[in-house]
Amino acid sequence: MRITCPICGARDRREFTVKGAALALERPARDAGDVAWDDYLHNRDNPAGRSAELWYHETGCAAWIVVVRDTVTHEVFETRLADGDTEAGS
Amino acid sequence: MRFSGLRVLKEGLTGNKGWSPHWRDADPKPEYDVVVIGGGGHGLATAYYLAREHGITDVAVLEKGYLGGGNIGRNTTIVRANYFLPGNSEFYSHSLKLWEGLEEELNYNVMHSQRGLINLFHNDGQRDAIVRRGNAMVNQGDDAILLDRAALRRKVPYLDFDNARFPVQGGLFHPRGGTARHDAVAWGFARGASDRGVDLVQNCEVTGIDVDRGRVTGVQTTRGAIRARKVAVVVAGRSSQVATMAGMRLPIESHVLQAFVTEGLKPCIDHVVTFGMGHFYISQSDKGGLVFGGDLDFYPSYASRGNLPTAEHVMEAGMTLMPMIGKARLLRSWGGIMDMTPDGSPIIDRSGIEGLYLNCGWCYGGFKAVPGSGHCMAHLVATDRPHDAAARFRLDRFRTGRGLMDEEGTGSQHSLH
Ligand SMILES: Cc1cc2nc3c(=O)[nH]c(=O)nc-3n(C[C@H](O)[C@H](O)[C@H](O)COP(=O)(O)OP(=O)(O)OC[C@H]3O[C@@H](n4cnc5c(N)ncnc54)[C@H](O)[C@@H]3O)c2cc1C
Ligand SMILES: [Zn+2]
Repeated sequence: MRITCPICGARDRREFTVKGAALALERPARDAGDVAWDDYLHNRDNPAGRSAELWYHETGCAAWIVVVRDTVTHEVFETRLADGDTEAGS
Repeated sequence: MRFSGLRVLKEGLTGNKGWSPHWRDADPKPEYDVVVIGGGGHGLATAYYLAREHGITDVAVLEKGYLGGGNIGRNTTIVRANYFLPGNSEFYSHSLKLWEGLEEELNYNVMHSQRGLINLFHNDGQRDAIVRRGNAMVNQGDDAILLDRAALRRKVPYLDFDNARFPVQGGLFHPRGGTARHDAVAWGFARGASDRGVDLVQNCEVTGIDVDRGRVTGVQTTRGAIRARKVAVVVAGRSSQVATMAGMRLPIESHVLQAFVTEGLKPCIDHVVTFGMGHFYISQSDKGGLVFGGDLDFYPSYASRGNLPTAEHVMEAGMTLMPMIGKARLLRSWGGIMDMTPDGSPIIDRSGIEGLYLNCGWCYGGFKAVPGSGHCMAHLVATDRPHDAAARFRLDRFRTGRGLMDEEGTGSQHSLH
């Protein structure tokens, strides 16, 4: 699998580590309650198919990247920087 | 279908034409007391113990593919009871005891081989952790023996003891650990369940779960609707999809775990051996193939095959630990979909919907759990109360934070197990 880092370009999957569902970007408020925090920390849609995930370009530029890809075929549809809306190639 | 020495001889001389299938390939009826979704090890064992222990025989096991085609037929077959934390400790101890009586219980040769398992350690910190684990195992009533370098060398002389980076200092020996024939476990439970009246239905995918006012009433399948008083979800890597049918979101991520096997060799590896410094463990099958594996591919996946980086890592770790296997040729590799929980421990619990029960989160260690899980799941489904040995496998431990079982001590987060 190759992933296109919006900053560095297409790179081998070995350069990245995965955090999991891109849900990690939607941190609830501190006092949102145990159900909201449980959903955020533990419960997952875990789709067989299209999924948005958070990846870290660990041995590259150290950017956090949203990777939209297929968990069955490993096709990568889209990547963008997690903190901005910079669209990058597929 | 029964076996005997005489029968084997007779069939051998007459072209093996007299054997019959081990279980009935049933068509689904419109209604059952209990429907078990998933014909893997855990589903079949659940059905078996429902019939055997609780006299509940109006049961169907619904399998979307063929029986035993999931992880039960893909794992590296290690059976052990060397867990550390309360919850896991008593459960796997219970399961190992069931294993030890399983062949007699099922009257089926599951080739359970207690050849001994050795966890290696490579530095003082690991040694301390392993001593602690060994003590926990002994306290639980199971067996653990600390081997120093000399004692270890007598058992497994072929390791690279003086490896410059990861010298081998010793190991924890678990004599009752070992392996079993994975398919035979599925077949044995299938035959036992079928003989007691359970319908084993293949090519029957569950596509919906019917819930009426908070109570389960049945399932929708590719072979029609089936009513049921109780439904047990036992689908391993597909747990999230099936739970969605009942409107639930589970604390599960699905990942691929790979395994590898070499050409058949003369007996050379007598135990199960695990490397303490890289992702690698190994045993030798009865056919002579070296069967080994490592860790997950480390990103969510439903592709039943693995990635190259992990394969390379496993090979490198193997060569670091036991260079003697380097000339063996690899025959095959494959993968299975693991149901990973945040703390790495399983769930056997009610679902919040009456009559709907969950059995999932076995991560990469659910083969050894098959008899124990089936036994405890059957108890839960039959009595609506958890079995003592599985009482801590609660679904709500993630929400409350109470009773998390993070065996590896890495933190209770998806990306860490
Ligand atoms: C490579 C590898 C190595 C492993 N090594 C070990 C080991 O050494 N020791 C150990 O203890 N564990 C090991 N495991 C883990 C162990 O194999 C699993 O935890 C265990 O088999 C899972 O339970 P199961 O047998 O019920 O799963 P499965 O056999 O996967 O059963 C689940 C079944 O549910 C069916 N299903 C799914 N969705 C539906 C639906 N909608 N309708 C109907 N049916 C459905 C599937 O087709 C499948 O047959 C390993 C796993 C792998 C992949
Ligand atoms: Zn980059």
